[in-house]
Amino acid sequence: MKILRVLAPALVLAVLLSGCTGGGDDQVTLNVYNWGEYIDEDILATFTEETGIAVNYDTYATNEDMYAKLKSGGVSYDIAIPSDYMVQRMIDEDMLETLDPDNIPNLQYIFGWLKELEYDPGCVYSVPYMWGTLGILYNTDLVDDPVDSWNILWDEKYSGQIFMYNSQRDSFAVALKKLGYSLNTRDLTELEAAKAELILQAPLVRAYLGDTVRDSMIGNEAALAVVYSGDAIYCIENNPALAYAVPREGSNVWCDAVVIPKGSLHKAEAEKFIDFLCRTDISLKNTEYIGYSTVNTQTFDLLPAEMREDPAYWPGEDIFRICEVFVDLGSFLKEYDRAWTEVLASK
Amino acid sequence: MLPYLLWALLFIIVPILLIIYYSLCVETDSGLVFSLQNYSRVFQPIYLRIMWRSVALAFMCTLFCLVMGYPVAYIMASKEYARKGFLLFLFLVPMWMNFLLRTYSWLTILERNGIINSVLSVFGLPNIDLLYNEEAVILGMIYNFLPFMILPIYTVLKKMDQSVIEAAQDLGADSRTVFLRVTVPLSMPGVISGVTMVFMPAVTTFIVSDLLGGAQFMLIGNLIEQQFLKIRDWNFGSAVSVILMTLIIASVAIFSMVDKDSEGGALF
Repeated sequence: MKILRVLAPALVLAVLLSGCTGGGDDQVTLNVYNWGEYIDEDILATFTEETGIAVNYDTYATNEDMYAKLKSGGVSYDIAIPSDYMVQRMIDEDMLETLDPDNIPNLQYIFGWLKELEYDPGCVYSVPYMWGTLGILYNTDLVDDPVDSWNILWDEKYSGQIFMYNSQRDSFAVALKKLGYSLNTRDLTELEAAKAELILQAPLVRAYLGDTVRDSMIGNEAALAVVYSGDAIYCIENNPALAYAVPREGSNVWCDAVVIPKGSLHKAEAEKFIDFLCRTDISLKNTEYIGYSTVNTQTFDLLPAEMREDPAYWPGEDIFRICEVFVDLGSFLKEYDRAWTEVLASK
Repeated sequence: MLPYLLWALLFIIVPILLIIYYSLCVETDSGLVFSLQNYSRVFQPIYLRIMWRSVALAFMCTLFCLVMGYPVAYIMASKEYARKGFLLFLFLVPMWMNFLLRTYSWLTILERNGIINSVLSVFGLPNIDLLYNEEAVILGMIYNFLPFMILPIYTVLKKMDQSVIEAAQDLGADSRTVFLRVTVPLSMPGVISGVTMVFMPAVTTFIVSDLLGGAQFMLIGNLIEQQFLKIRDWNFGSAVSVILMTLIIASVAIFSMVDKDSEGGALF
C-alpha cells in the first residue's frame, strides 16, 4: 500500500517532468532548488568560474511546494534550502544525505549556537543558510503605544488595523507565546486556550495575509502586522515610518538550511557548493543581497555598523533564550489544522 | 482514438481513481486502512459551513455574471451593433494577463489608500473599507469569470437562425414575446455552458478568497489546498475533493435536465 502511495503520483509526475539531470557532456551540472530571490545569482556564475561545475537553478515559493516535488520522486536535485521544521521532516522521512564535515571546512565560520538547533543538532544533514525572527512590524505614525508585547494585537484601539500572517503555525505561535506556552506545544488544553485567544482576536483582525502584507504595510494600509524579520527589513527600507520589534514574551526564530536530498547524483560537488556558500566573501554578498541575518561569524564582523545594530537584522544571539524554532509536529499538526479551521469559521 | 484514450486514462481516469482510493483510506501505524472516517468528517457542521459558504458565494457570482453577461452577449450578437469586434476585444484582452496579476491589481484599486478611496478623499468624502470582505471576494470572482459567461452565450446567439425571429414577427409577436419565447429558449445551451463554466471555477477558487478576502473566508478550495500542502492529510483532502466533484457533477446534471429539450451545445 505504501508503495502505491509513493509510486502512483510518481508515475503521473514522471511523465510530466522530464528528469532534470545534467547534459550529456563531461561537465557536471548541479541542480539547485531554492526559494525565489533567495540568492545573489552572481554567486552562481562565480561558482561555475571557480570550479567548472555548471549550476541549473530552479525556484519554489513554499517549503510545502518543494517537499511535494521532491517527494513525488520525479526529479533529482543536488541542493535544496528548506526551513527548520521541513529539514526535520525530511530527516524523519529519510529524504536527506548525511554531510561529510571534512568536505565542508568553512563550516567552522558558522555561529556555534546555530549548529545546535533542535531540528538537526551538530549539522549532520544540514548547514545553516540564513536566519531571522517572527515579530511585529508597526507604523510609528499610527501606533503611539510601545510595541513590546503580543498583547497589542488584542488591543481594541487597533481594531481593523491589524494584519495577521496567513499561516496556521505562525498564528498559533503568536497566541501560544502570548499565553506563555511553547509554540511547539502538543498539549490540547494549551492549544484550545490559544484557539480561544485567536477567536477573541478575529474581529479585530483586518486580514490574514501572505506576501501581500509587504506592499500593504509600505502603503500604510494598517498599523500593525505580524511579519518575518526579512520582510520587515524590506518594508522599513521602503517606508521609514515602519519599525520592527520582537515581543518580550518570545517568538519564533527560524533558520533556513542547505541540504542534499537523497537521489542526488553529485554529492561531492554539492558539498563543494555548500562549502562555497559558507565562505565569508560569498556569504557577505548573499546577506547584503537578501537582507536576512547572516549565519557566518566572520561575515558578521564585516557588516556595516547600522546593520549590526538594527534589531530587525540582528536581534542578538540572546534572542534564542526567549525564542524557539518550529519543530515538526507530525500527526499532531492535524489538531492545529482543526483548531485553525475553527478560528476562521468563527468569522 | 488510441492516443486520446491513453491521454484520458493517464490524466483523467487514473488521477480520479487515485483520489477516490485515498479518500476511502486512513493512515495508521500499519499503513493505509479502509475507512469511511474521512467522509463522516466532511459532514461535520464546521466543514458543512465552509461548503455552504463556497456554494453560496459561487451562486451569487454566477447569478451576477448571468444578469450582467446576457445583455452584453445579446448586444454583441445583434446585427445593429457595429462595434462588436471591439467590444469582444475588450473582454478578451484582460484574459491575456495572468489570473494572479489581474487579481492583485484589484488590491491597488480597493485598498484604504487605493484608487477609489483616493478619488473619494479628493471630494472630501470619508474612506470606505472595500477590501477583505465577502463582497470583495464576489467582485473578484465576477471580474475573473464574466468572460466565461459572455462568450458561450454570444456564440449561440450569433449562430441563431434569424429567419426564426422573422417568422415570429410575421406571426404577430411583439419584440418582448419574440425575446422571451424564441431568443431565450434558443440561447439556453449557451446559458447552461456559461453557468457551468462560471460556477465550476467559482466554487473551487482559493486564490481570490486569499487575496481579496484576506483569507478570512475559508472556502472548499482553501480547505483542500490546506489538507494537501500544509497538513499532508491526503486522505481527508481527497474526500473533500470527491464531495466537491460530486457537487459539480450533480449541479451540471440538474442544469442539463432543465435543458434536455434543446439541441446540442450542452455538456451532458
